[in-house]
Amino acid sequence: MKKRNYYLLFGAILTAAVLAFILLGYFWTPCDPMKMDGAARSAAPSLRHLMGTDKFGRDILSRVMKGAGATFLVAFGTVVIGTVIGTLVGALTGYFGGWLDEVLMRFNDALSAFPGFLLALVLVSVLGPGRRHLLLALGIVFIPSYARIVRTEFKRASVQNYVKSARLMGASTFRILFVHILPNILTVLLSAITIGFNNAVLAEAAMSYLGIGVSPDEASLGYMLSDSQAYLSTTPWYALGAGLVIVLLILGVGLIGEGLQRKDL
Amino acid sequence: MLELRDLHVKFNDSTREAVGGIDLTIADGEVVGLVGESGSGKTVTAMTLSGLIERKKVTCRGEVLLDGVDLLAPRSRAELRKLQGSVIGVVFQEPMSAMDPLMRIGPQVEEALAVHTKLAKDERRKRALEALGEADLSDPEDVYNRYPHECSGGMLQRVMIAAALVTRPKLLILDEPTTALDVTVQADILKLLRRLNEEHGTSMLLISHNLQVVRRICSRVAVMQRGKIVEQGAMEDVFLRPQHPYTIELINAIPRRVKKE
Amino acid sequence: MRYTAKKIGTLLLTLVLVSLFVFLAFSLLSGDAATRMLGTEATPERLAALRAELELDKPLPVRYVDWISNLLRGDMGTSYQYRLPVAQLVAERLRPSLTMTVMAFALIVLLSIPVGVVTAKYAGGWLDRTVTVLGQLLMSVPPFFTGILFTYIFGLILRLFVPGSFPAWEDGAAAYLGYLFFPALAIALPRVAMTVRLLRGCILEEAQKDYVRTSMARGRSRGDILYRHVLKNTLVPLVTFLAMTVAELVAGGVIIEQVFSIPGLGRLLISGISNRDAPVVQAVVTLVAFWVVVCNLAGDLLGRRIDPRLRNGEGGDA
Repeated sequence: MKKRNYYLLFGAILTAAVLAFILLGYFWTPCDPMKMDGAARSAAPSLRHLMGTDKFGRDILSRVMKGAGATFLVAFGTVVIGTVIGTLVGALTGYFGGWLDEVLMRFNDALSAFPGFLLALVLVSVLGPGRRHLLLALGIVFIPSYARIVRTEFKRASVQNYVKSARLMGASTFRILFVHILPNILTVLLSAITIGFNNAVLAEAAMSYLGIGVSPDEASLGYMLSDSQAYLSTTPWYALGAGLVIVLLILGVGLIGEGLQRKDL
Repeated sequence: MLELRDLHVKFNDSTREAVGGIDLTIADGEVVGLVGESGSGKTVTAMTLSGLIERKKVTCRGEVLLDGVDLLAPRSRAELRKLQGSVIGVVFQEPMSAMDPLMRIGPQVEEALAVHTKLAKDERRKRALEALGEADLSDPEDVYNRYPHECSGGMLQRVMIAAALVTRPKLLILDEPTTALDVTVQADILKLLRRLNEEHGTSMLLISHNLQVVRRICSRVAVMQRGKIVEQGAMEDVFLRPQHPYTIELINAIPRRVKKE
Repeated sequence: MRYTAKKIGTLLLTLVLVSLFVFLAFSLLSGDAATRMLGTEATPERLAALRAELELDKPLPVRYVDWISNLLRGDMGTSYQYRLPVAQLVAERLRPSLTMTVMAFALIVLLSIPVGVVTAKYAGGWLDRTVTVLGQLLMSVPPFFTGILFTYIFGLILRLFVPGSFPAWEDGAAAYLGYLFFPALAIALPRVAMTVRLLRGCILEEAQKDYVRTSMARGRSRGDILYRHVLKNTLVPLVTFLAMTVAELVAGGVIIEQVFSIPGLGRLLISGISNRDAPVVQAVVTLVAFWVVVCNLAGDLLGRRIDPRLRNGEGGDA
């Protein structure tokens, strides 16, 4: 069983590369993403502009770096909200059970049949534009999926011997939940997080592509893609550059998730 | 009719031989028991001679002669399949999981006929109903149309026996056929097997960890330990005058009250 | 029987929850629609009159019940922005969305089942590995990006369709279906990859089961066993997954309609959301929820037809 887990390895390398690219974008970009180079409008990729320029002569690589940062922030925030609240709800309902658990899970079952993206869309539209609202809406909509996974795991753990003995030894409920059980379900939770993160990236990109919940100055990758579509015939590299970063980000994290799932087998 | 000569089986990912050179014969119409604890190699032996072991995963040596034909000699999969289900039938330990849950019982009993004969559908059905009746199922028509989950374990094991015997094989391999069943059902199944052996003259190889079960229907027994046959002979000889310490251990493991019976 | 009742109950709850969610979102968070509609022309009298006309002056529960009962009679209210009956707007836009979803679904079934079976059959081989890698890649490309790539490759370079000019059904079925093929493929591709992975996994899992060994002991070849026993046993999880896929296709469709400028329900929804057109959004979202629920139920019934253990009682352990 000493087979190398290539999924995990490649996923980690790819994710690290994309994250480095995004992090770099917060501090430094090759050009000023807003600066318009009059001499190089709609220029094809070159050494000076690795991903070319848009119709205003702005450097696309620099803009993509900034945009990826915006996308990443929202996706990350969404995962944090979803994981923290979802884990809390899932842990408590799964461990204690009872009528509240029953009711919540009925609601969860009912909601999970419906695509959460559409609910988030509605929520963002009534909350109004802005990255914070987008983050909040996506976070809320993703809570149930985490809660469901965590609940199942806690429910299973609550009848196992290590939990029973911890209870007998008088450990506090808080301690049992988060010191004894939580580390044991970490692999499951982590792979749920990778899936959730990817869904969040997709949802954020889709939302901003639709122009919902964003203002142009917070241009994220989705917004850039929709912007690029109008100039597809003159500057196809614009769309390619923005899209490729999304693909690589999702691919890397997806590979990590796949690797985590295979680790157990 | 069946003769194992110096059979060795080794799994390619293991260093130890699962079966380390055994000799065993089963005559026409004979019922032979193969006993031993789990891991002793008895199931591997059975899987090897029924052709169910994955050839890629093991290395075999020796001979398995069925009516003079060596089953281990290099032969195509298709040739081997011609024997499986027609000349050799197998009954497994867990009848419930050994059946396709989504298929009615009838077609599953008929499967070997469908593979090996050109019988028409209603002819197959007739034979399947006969086989089910012979296996002491009181209402064959009813059982024929049921799904596996609608039957008890004892019923299903009768069905599995009927399915194995529907093509009138010469050899029936029984791999712990009663282990998963209640004690009362166990006795009935053993009675059924003995009757079928007497009526059709089918040779049987009964594999079990339970010497008491083997004693019920076998005329000869072989005791296996760590891949080797440590003792074999006529059933009552072995049972009443065991030579090998492991056999004595097995006999002592049987509860007193049962032993006197 | 109990199981069916529970399932239907859950699905009804889906409908209520989703519609209530949208209803409350607009009523509580979105501010006063009348003020927004009147803008600078707002006077207290006109505001009050418009609120009465829109029935915004009634208490919330009454409005929700009114809305539901109207909906059941086919009355979806009047759009704020178009000043037209929502039912009419929806009816005009239903066809392309429905066609596209059905096409995408057909593509998923037609592509993923053969590929899934073949990769499972030759698991570990070069074909299987290629498909696995390709699948991981396909799952990582957002459908709307695929759509943009398709627009560029098939629209602008190969000129198989004219991006942005959607041919109506009345102008010829071939052009209509030809245009919709590309968005349908774009939303189908990641789902194809997921379905292949699921099917492959299920087949390999089933192939380990005892009944396969039984069938082999009867002289059946592995290939025969795959078609006669194993595939049927993978159908239940497959059907369940495909039923869920429909919901995802609808969500994906909303975005892809924007990419390909298809005048469907998705565009209506987006314009409704952008303009806070509550009646439109409520109607479309509830309609989608209804569609999702129907597909779920259909998947469930189909699963029950396939697996006798699901028919009676609690649903078995499958």
